[in-house]
Amino acid sequence: MDGDFGETRAMPRDSEAAHRGAEVALIGVSKRWGDMRALDNVSFNIAAGSFTVLLGPSGCGKTTCLRLIAGLETASEGRLRIGGRDVTALPPAERGVAMVFQSYALFPHLTVAENILFGLKARRVAAAERARRLKAAAELLGIDELLSRRPAALSGGQQQRVALGRAIVAEAPVCLMDEPLSNLDAKLRAEMRAEIVSLQRRLGITMIYVTHDQTEAMSMADRVILLNRGRIEQDARPDELYVRPRTMFVAGFVGTPPMNLLPLVRQGGTMVVRGTSGPAIATAGARGLVAGIRPEAMELAETGLPLTLERGEYLGADTVLHCRCGEEALPVMLRPAGRVDLVPGAALHAAFPPSAVALFDAESGERAD
Amino acid sequence: MSETGEERNVLGGWLLVLPAALFIFAFTNGPLLATLASSLAAAPIAGHGGGFVGLQNYSDLFDDPSFLTSLLNNLLYALITVPVSVVLALAMALGVNRAFPGRATLRLFFFLPTMLPMIAVGAIWLFFFTPQYGLLDRATSLIGSGDINWLGDPDTALAAMMMVAIWKQAGFFMIFYLAALQNIPPVLHEAAALEGASRAYFFRRVTLPLLGPTTLFVMVTAVINAFCVVDHVIEMTQGGPDNASSLLLYYVYNAGFRDWDINSAAAATIVLVVLLSALAALLFAVFGRRVHYR
Ligand SMILES: Nc1ncnc2c1ncn2[C@@H]1O[C@H](COP(=O)(O)OP(=O)(O)O)[C@@H](O)[C@H]1O
Ligand SMILES: [Mg+2]
Repeated sequence: MDGDFGETRAMPRDSEAAHRGAEVALIGVSKRWGDMRALDNVSFNIAAGSFTVLLGPSGCGKTTCLRLIAGLETASEGRLRIGGRDVTALPPAERGVAMVFQSYALFPHLTVAENILFGLKARRVAAAERARRLKAAAELLGIDELLSRRPAALSGGQQQRVALGRAIVAEAPVCLMDEPLSNLDAKLRAEMRAEIVSLQRRLGITMIYVTHDQTEAMSMADRVILLNRGRIEQDARPDELYVRPRTMFVAGFVGTPPMNLLPLVRQGGTMVVRGTSGPAIATAGARGLVAGIRPEAMELAETGLPLTLERGEYLGADTVLHCRCGEEALPVMLRPAGRVDLVPGAALHAAFPPSAVALFDAESGERAD
Repeated sequence: MSETGEERNVLGGWLLVLPAALFIFAFTNGPLLATLASSLAAAPIAGHGGGFVGLQNYSDLFDDPSFLTSLLNNLLYALITVPVSVVLALAMALGVNRAFPGRATLRLFFFLPTMLPMIAVGAIWLFFFTPQYGLLDRATSLIGSGDINWLGDPDTALAAMMMVAIWKQAGFFMIFYLAALQNIPPVLHEAAALEGASRAYFFRRVTLPLLGPTTLFVMVTAVINAFCVVDHVIEMTQGGPDNASSLLLYYVYNAGFRDWDINSAAAATIVLVVLLSALAALLFAVFGRRVHYR
């Protein structure tokens, strides 16, 4: 589990891979509108052929970041490199990127085929080559029957496929997607996730994918760049992000439900959850600490952290128990397997191994263990 | 629902439509039919004659050189004012559709002529056209000539009328284009830019087709204006000199209200209506099929 699967998966395995990805690098990039800092000194290096997700809450700067890479916005500071080439001053068309927009950006008056071929005609790609790429993309996406239709006659999922087709035929080494699945229903979204990932693997392109949905990020990405207020909170593989959140923000953002965050107070030589008299969570130090414990790492037990049940949420495979802890009624969630029938108000105890506890500095929110 | 219930629904429907239908018949279809009847009749002269004369009024009309001149003038007038107004309106709309300082003011300037009554527009242009002292001659004197009798010369009178009409209506059409342009999502432009489309390519392949419904609407309106607005002719040239700036409706106006030849005016009106309907139908046939409605 702890292996380098992220890196190995990043290499296109399929011998059919039509075109290879390019490396994308941001070096100290900022974007300001007036006093508003949408992106603040962001740097990262995305490997060629990898699947990277830009994750974060609404307004954190994900779209801005993607548009900067595409060249639809110009950076206030910093430099951008794609495939080793400095593209900071290049217009969008010369950066070697394709983009799938959240609204799909299909031309309403053109047929599906004309939509897909729009860019190739604009670039005067030869007719035979256009036909070849259209055929390949249509087969890959299963939209052969739709080619003569107009976008208005397509379902949301079909429009999504056409938008993907447009990006594919460009054969650009880098593909950018801005919340492409947000307009689809839950079932279709799950299908498309898998399909987009397999498409990226087959084509071997570099994918930079924006979403605010952490489940989407965790299930698709080789690597997740988690943004918050225009800054990078953590840049890591999904499993690292989950197992070792670097900040309290990451801990509270990743996981459904997210990590329980419990402020600690000193009690003798140890620290306990505020408003309780035990158990000891950490050895006492100089700093104020917050303990992070995943709901799924907690078990119901005879002794342990004292809790009062507020309500249970039965989800099928497991049950989420919403509890309160100690005198301050701190919210705590547990996630025992199966169905747990308990009456609200029941007094419970939660046990967890010491290794399940992550410690954060109460001031800075940074990891402190 | 029972059959009687359905029948009652149909009856109720007709009752609801009735007031509006009566008004439309009384004020639109009725007069048109009356005009048609009048165009096929002659007024009694000195107490006898008159009554149904068949197509006599029409054949008289086409024997009248001043009618033929008005007809040809009007066709030429439409042929020039319609496309020029439409292209100018589109150009102005494109010009003020991007962000620059003073954009709102420029939009207002373009739209201002539309808000003036045609009579006021005529008065302004009478000044513009004044030989030697008018705005146009002052401007042309800088590059030579500078002494053109715009309204008094048969070679320029009709062109002068066209200028006035274009000046007045282009700003109005611009508003429609502006609204339509703002309805095109900017993301289409961005997607096209990423795919390597030049501005010209995007304009030809996306903007123009998406403006299709507006263009059709504006063209039909311009054609109607070309045949139905003659205030400026009445005010500025009275159709002269030598019928050089006479238009169909002006001919009708003269026949009806100067010569009191109601039957001839009615026949000319029917010709006008038929011509206008044919042109509108032609526009819809040529462009309607290619227009993409969202
Ligand atoms: N064109 C713009 N002008 C001013 N502020 C903008 C503009 N675009 C985005 N912003 C601001 O920048 C911040 C980041 O926006 P965005 O990148 O769209 O966030 P996200 O995609 O993560 O939801 C937001 O606070 C937003 O209001
Ligand atoms: Mg966004």
